[in-house]
Amino acid sequence: MMHRMHIEIEELLKIAPSSSLEGVMGDTPLIQIDALELFNAIKTLKEKLEFTILLDIVGIDWLNYPLQKRERFSLIYLFRHNNFKDTIAIEVAIQEPIFGADSITSIYSGANWLEREIFDQYGIYFASHPNLKRILNHLEFEGYPLRKDYPINQRQICTKAQDMLDELSKELLKKDLDLEKDNLMPLNLGPSHPASHGTIRTIVALDGEKIVASASEIGYLHRGFEKACEYHTYNQIIPYTDRLNYCSALMNNIAFAKTVEEMLDIELPDRAIFIRVILAELSRIIDHLVCLAAALLDMGAQTNYWYLFNPRNDAYDFLSKLTGARLTNSFIRIGGMAYDLYDGWEGDLQDILYKVRKGVDETLIMVAKNRIFQDRVQDISPISPKKAMEMGFTGPNLRACGVDYDMRADKPYYYYDSFDFDVIVGSCGDTYDRLMVRFEEILQSIKIIEQAIVALPKGEINYNDRSITLPPKSEVYNTIEGTINQFKLIFEGIKVAPKIHYSAIEAANGELGFTIISNGSGTPHRVKVRAPSFLHMQAYPQMIEGYQVADAIMTLGSLNIIAGEMDR
Amino acid sequence: MDLSSDEHLLGDSIITTKVDAVIDWGRQSSLWPFVFGTACCAIEFMATAASRYDIARFGAEVLRFSPRHADLLVVAGTVSMKQAPILKQIYDQMPEPRWVISMGACASSGGFYDNYTTLQGIDEIVPVDVYVAGCPPRPEALLDAVMQIQKMLWSEPALEPRHPNFKSIYDA
Repeated sequence: MMHRMHIEIEELLKIAPSSSLEGVMGDTPLIQIDALELFNAIKTLKEKLEFTILLDIVGIDWLNYPLQKRERFSLIYLFRHNNFKDTIAIEVAIQEPIFGADSITSIYSGANWLEREIFDQYGIYFASHPNLKRILNHLEFEGYPLRKDYPINQRQICTKAQDMLDELSKELLKKDLDLEKDNLMPLNLGPSHPASHGTIRTIVALDGEKIVASASEIGYLHRGFEKACEYHTYNQIIPYTDRLNYCSALMNNIAFAKTVEEMLDIELPDRAIFIRVILAELSRIIDHLVCLAAALLDMGAQTNYWYLFNPRNDAYDFLSKLTGARLTNSFIRIGGMAYDLYDGWEGDLQDILYKVRKGVDETLIMVAKNRIFQDRVQDISPISPKKAMEMGFTGPNLRACGVDYDMRADKPYYYYDSFDFDVIVGSCGDTYDRLMVRFEEILQSIKIIEQAIVALPKGEINYNDRSITLPPKSEVYNTIEGTINQFKLIFEGIKVAPKIHYSAIEAANGELGFTIISNGSGTPHRVKVRAPSFLHMQAYPQMIEGYQVADAIMTLGSLNIIAGEMDR
Repeated sequence: MDLSSDEHLLGDSIITTKVDAVIDWGRQSSLWPFVFGTACCAIEFMATAASRYDIARFGAEVLRFSPRHADLLVVAGTVSMKQAPILKQIYDQMPEPRWVISMGACASSGGFYDNYTTLQGIDEIVPVDVYVAGCPPRPEALLDAVMQIQKMLWSEPALEPRHPNFKSIYDA
């Protein structure tokens, strides 16, 4: 991998003379660049070296980190190449938060909210940012919560919601419009409305029924996931990951565990990998079912809600039998799984797959050739592949635009290259495509599960190392080593040597990545989630412009914004 | 005219009872919920409303998304400090009498989110009638909460304001 990216790295080092190759994060080279040279280097990276997707920007406070760092704060930018295989990371040391770094929003429009989040959480400023304002925390908040010296439980009362008219006026000004003079009506959608998923707020300026400008506010479900991670051991974080995308909790477990396992440099037993594939694909099915059921319900097609929700309930019966919980399963452990599959699981699962297929078929009979459905979703809020990639789209929403990018096929992990399945793409990225891609993906996931059931090997489900996985209970109760192993793992956690790592999986909504910085103890120094919904939501206000309010509701439903992972 | 001595003449055509009992009887099977759904619990609420668990069996299926139409507030999910003033506003917009179910660990106590952004229980903002344990609670648990409200409702005077002395963190 390294030699393939040799040319790119050379080129970057030439553009930014003070830069240096600091190391690697798995297969990702990490390049240190001076803040003054950052803007040009990133411009070259995109325009010349074709790193078209900005994956994430991670802010880090190095206070109390065991290894010496020159500056207290730094930023890590993650980019993905146009070939969808190579990833590059750029680290910038921040000398003074108040001077910060140059905003790269003019190069990647997706950077806008990512930079705002870092400003909100760390107080690092970005020069020439179009709208540097708090995004997750409320405006009355003082201080920067993700800084290491901010106490985790210091709450600050918020007395009122902001009116958002400042952001709306800015959007209107871009189009040379004015609320008063052009006789436009501002309309507030959410956050407390079922069609806005309870936590998303959008303010729109209406000309009749048509939306001419809009701005979104998020953060209503910001519940401090990343700060909480810094106070818990790696395995204690698993239940928190459940609640990121709570429609496919197991996938978040897997993405997190996989990242830590790569940091520990361990190989899982094959049985564990296959079980993870089965559970991940089942989660993808459930996630898509909820998205489609809710989206169709939003347009008044209520029958489909029952058709799609019933098989989902059956899948939850299977999951509660297996994991003990319907929704938030916490079933994955670092280095394996909480339990093996139960006796008779295969029949249960086959039965669910049959019911899911039936539910999907019945729904498609109702909607696929339905004139009302077609008229409501076709050519509504399309997004071009170029724009989508610039905004950091991944997953079904990107594939709907016709971009053939699926991590399971392009950057295979967990033997996905040995399964036979199709990557589903749409044609123009409208609401219709986003919904239909999900219908098809459900069928593809069924195909993968069926193959995995057949191929499932026998054997262990946990990596056999007592510093990583818990001993069996018989050992804990009967041997002194077992007791000590259990005690140390529970109290101190799995020790991960100091390193920076980024890893991702193809989750239901797109590339779900974790950047983890370990410090040698059982607790991470920093965990940053690359949440697909955060980046999708950012594009939403632009996507709904020119359409009606009723279309905007469908667009939101089809993007499948899950507030848990968006606001974290 | 005194009818009391002639009551037997009316036979079965009239039942005498208390006003409270009649009103509470009517209210019991016609709770109109407003779902303040924010997170994972809201997904389980959707399951409760769907055909398997079917909240309609308990007369509470008329979901209202305007607080002015609703008398049962179901807070399903984590409420952040940013969300708190919105919850307060919604509760204030609901007409009396109104009942509140706090669904799940987060709404009841902040759950395992003891941090800078999460409200430690919605009872700092609104008076809660029934707390439902679970993270998230199973649909059966939520149905049980609805039944608890129905039971509670029987023993209450129908026309007096509920929780007149409640103070939220905003009233301090």
